[in-house]
Amino acid sequence: MIDLSLRIAAVVVGLALLLNLYRLLRGPDLADRLLALDTMYINSIAMIILYGMYRETTLYFEAALLIALIGFVSTVAVAKFLLRGDIIE
Amino acid sequence: MDNLIEGIIVVAVLAGAAFTLVGSLGLAKLPDFYMRLHGPTKATTLGVGAILIASMLFFSPREAGLSLHELMVALFLFITAPVSAHILAKAAMHGDVKRNPKTRGEPWEQ
Repeated sequence: MIDLSLRIAAVVVGLALLLNLYRLLRGPDLADRLLALDTMYINSIAMIILYGMYRETTLYFEAALLIALIGFVSTVAVAKFLLRGDIIE
Repeated sequence: MDNLIEGIIVVAVLAGAAFTLVGSLGLAKLPDFYMRLHGPTKATTLGVGAILIASMLFFSPREAGLSLHELMVALFLFITAPVSAHILAKAAMHGDVKRNPKTRGEPWEQ
């Protein structure tokens, strides 16, 4: 039962990632692309956690935590660049 | 008892995946950047939170003691999502992103 629900959830999250990719490629503005990347890292965290549950190993939590940290820092850095034209003034 | 926990895990995983899909659908379909900002920052964060809670319930009986790694990830995501949304909205306002006439409010003209 859990196995089946994990498979369905992986398909649904993969569909969400494809929608993010559409917005990333299409996005009329740089802020749209940045928002699509931000959503994409959050969805990839969900995907990694689902894969870890599927394989029944706790090996992937550190990867999820690292992706969360690096994604937040990179989003803030690029948004700061859009805002000020410079990252560290 | 095991069946109850399994049912809760299944419901949380499916609800989390559904909320993630709704957030990404909003990102793809809404007409305006300021409207698009709503989908990912609320729905997607809630979906990932539900999946992390399911993972916590899944690993707690299998490992020794409570499995609290996911709580750290969830806490970090719930703290950082509003911050990144705020700074993205500020960047879009600064860059004069085109907007739908239905988007109301002119906070930069105060």
